[in-house]
Amino acid sequence: MLETKYPTEPLKCWNKAKTLRENYYKDFAEAHEKGGLRWAGGAWSFDAIPAGLGDDVYSLTGEPYGATVAFNDKFALECQEATEARGFARDLCSYMRNYWGSILINKYAWPQFSEEFPKADFIWQDHICCSHSKWYQVASELEGGIPMFSIDVSVGPYEELTDHKINYIVGQMHDGINWLEKVTGRDYDDELLIKAVKNEFRSCHYWAAICELNKAIPAPLDEKSMYSLYVLGTLKKSAQWTADFYEKELYPEVKDRVARGIAAVGNEKCRIMTDTQPPWAFLRIFRYLEQYGCVSIGSLYTFGLIGLWEVKADGTWGPKTIPEIEITNRDEALRALADWNLSKPEWQHFYHPKLKSDMMIRIAKEWKLDGVFLHFNRGCEGLSLGIAENRLAIQKAGIPNMPFEGNMGDEREFDLERTMKRVDAFMESIDMEKIRKF
Amino acid sequence: MITVGLDAGSKNTKVCIFDDKVLSTASVLSGFDQEESAEQVLNSALDKAGIKREEIKHITVTGAGMDAIKFADTNITTITADARGTYFIFPSVRTIVDIGAEEGRVVKIDEHGKVKDFGINEKCAAGAGAFIEAMSRALEVEIEEMGELSLKSTKQIPMNAQCTIFAESEVVSLIHQKTNKEDIIRAVHDAIADRNTSMLRQIGIEKDISLIGGMAKNIGFVEAMNRNLGFDLLVPKDVVAPEYVSALGAALIAQDKIRG
Repeated sequence: MLETKYPTEPLKCWNKAKTLRENYYKDFAEAHEKGGLRWAGGAWSFDAIPAGLGDDVYSLTGEPYGATVAFNDKFALECQEATEARGFARDLCSYMRNYWGSILINKYAWPQFSEEFPKADFIWQDHICCSHSKWYQVASELEGGIPMFSIDVSVGPYEELTDHKINYIVGQMHDGINWLEKVTGRDYDDELLIKAVKNEFRSCHYWAAICELNKAIPAPLDEKSMYSLYVLGTLKKSAQWTADFYEKELYPEVKDRVARGIAAVGNEKCRIMTDTQPPWAFLRIFRYLEQYGCVSIGSLYTFGLIGLWEVKADGTWGPKTIPEIEITNRDEALRALADWNLSKPEWQHFYHPKLKSDMMIRIAKEWKLDGVFLHFNRGCEGLSLGIAENRLAIQKAGIPNMPFEGNMGDEREFDLERTMKRVDAFMESIDMEKIRKF
Repeated sequence: MITVGLDAGSKNTKVCIFDDKVLSTASVLSGFDQEESAEQVLNSALDKAGIKREEIKHITVTGAGMDAIKFADTNITTITADARGTYFIFPSVRTIVDIGAEEGRVVKIDEHGKVKDFGINEKCAAGAGAFIEAMSRALEVEIEEMGELSLKSTKQIPMNAQCTIFAESEVVSLIHQKTNKEDIIRAVHDAIADRNTSMLRQIGIEKDISLIGGMAKNIGFVEAMNRNLGFDLLVPKDVVAPEYVSALGAALIAQDKIRG
């Protein structure tokens, strides 16, 4: 038994989060049986826009699907080998390879809902990472030519945003809606769009608010658990069920945990954050950290993939304020949506590593961290870009850090034993003793 | 107070017996059963020092195989052992390069010998001793002769391959081109030095720097590192040989454990 310093208790809404996630994959698989539509695209796509086609339009976002595959190591290997046999290189995005593999072997990661990989009716994507559009171009080809629309969002960092850049994106969104009407044969409902945009504001705001609560000592949430919670925003951030879950269930519960001093890790002595996606098949490394009384309070990745942030009056980071604007038509909705998404923290560091370093150093200070783990993630070039420079900046800021190599979606490129040894060395260097040694 | 530091390395298991000073050291191939090898090398070091097993107050183990050594009292990571052992020998050292058979490590320490930062090359044999072994086989030169031979080189040849497999192909090509063995060996040493100085730069170069581990016994490699960095590294000689520094560190940490 590990010594306990703080009270702990399971999250009451944990099972609800699990059910929402399951329902999402079930709905996608069964959409056609209900007369609905299926679309595929990235977790960062503007999912509020296809919402205007009706309430019976269901999505499958690629990154969370790739992570789901990765978590099931046997299935992941089957997918990866199928992708490699088809001639794709092993150093491509591992989520993408898992997704393609799932198409190639025609197996769904949720066999209880569909044994075959459910084919989407159309692809709705955006493009900021070098793989995004290519991912779905190939997916479309592998599935016999699914119609695809992709929006280029790589207009530079939010701090340099101009009307011209917004217009560039909004113009593509308008074109996209015309395209959606054409390929689906449905009329577009702007009221549904406006509702979805408002849901997205709430989802992104409240997820950030939940992460902000982790500034508390002890932290009410640990990152391993947060992965099962933030995922809802990556599945469908514009859905009412996501926004309601974050605002009405998870946020109040976590706030209550802070008020009562409920810890995620009962023996919390040390706080770290990670960086980029974890090696999904090896989440037990977080449990290993607990042997040192170490809690990972999250990361820029878990905070900023879906959560939106702003600097508050006191200079600290807090959830981005939900715009107090009246949205009356399609154009206003699209402009608000474009502006909102372009401030996404995880989009900023595609432009310069300094932007990411600054945010990470801010988190390390405001969340009172003892160290940072940096995942040199061979499975994601986009989010690993500049990570060596991040390390130098974090070092310079005097924050202990530990880089490790791995791959979020391909377990063949992660060495658990060596990583644990590296964790041991890091913990010794910051004077943390293993509670169970020998 | 006699303590023992055991370094269960991936290739060799080293032991250091300490009591105010180093009493003896010994080394053996780690083999398949690391615990048996550790027992064997410990007995050998005890014999050399004329000490009985019962006189040992504490055994601390480090190294890649440390979890297999169940008879040890405590364990410690190689990073911490390197820091402790090197600081004991050279208190002026702020950066350590430890290159063993299969792993290269760099450690930054403060003025009290405490670890500030570290880096580990655990995935590329081209930066470790295994590379020299592979090349000595390809060149049909005894591994012990590699260092001296490279000092006779008259020509610098760049080696571009980034991994042992491709580097070996490059060496074979050089052999076919009738390149002097001495020049090829120097190129091999330069390649390993390149990889390790690159890792060193990731944590920041701060003098003095010490080179430890089995590779520090290779004079040609030490020269390559010195050339690459533009100054001389400190290589342990008097207190213990460079491959025993981790074991020494473990023995010193064992002393700390007894003293509380």
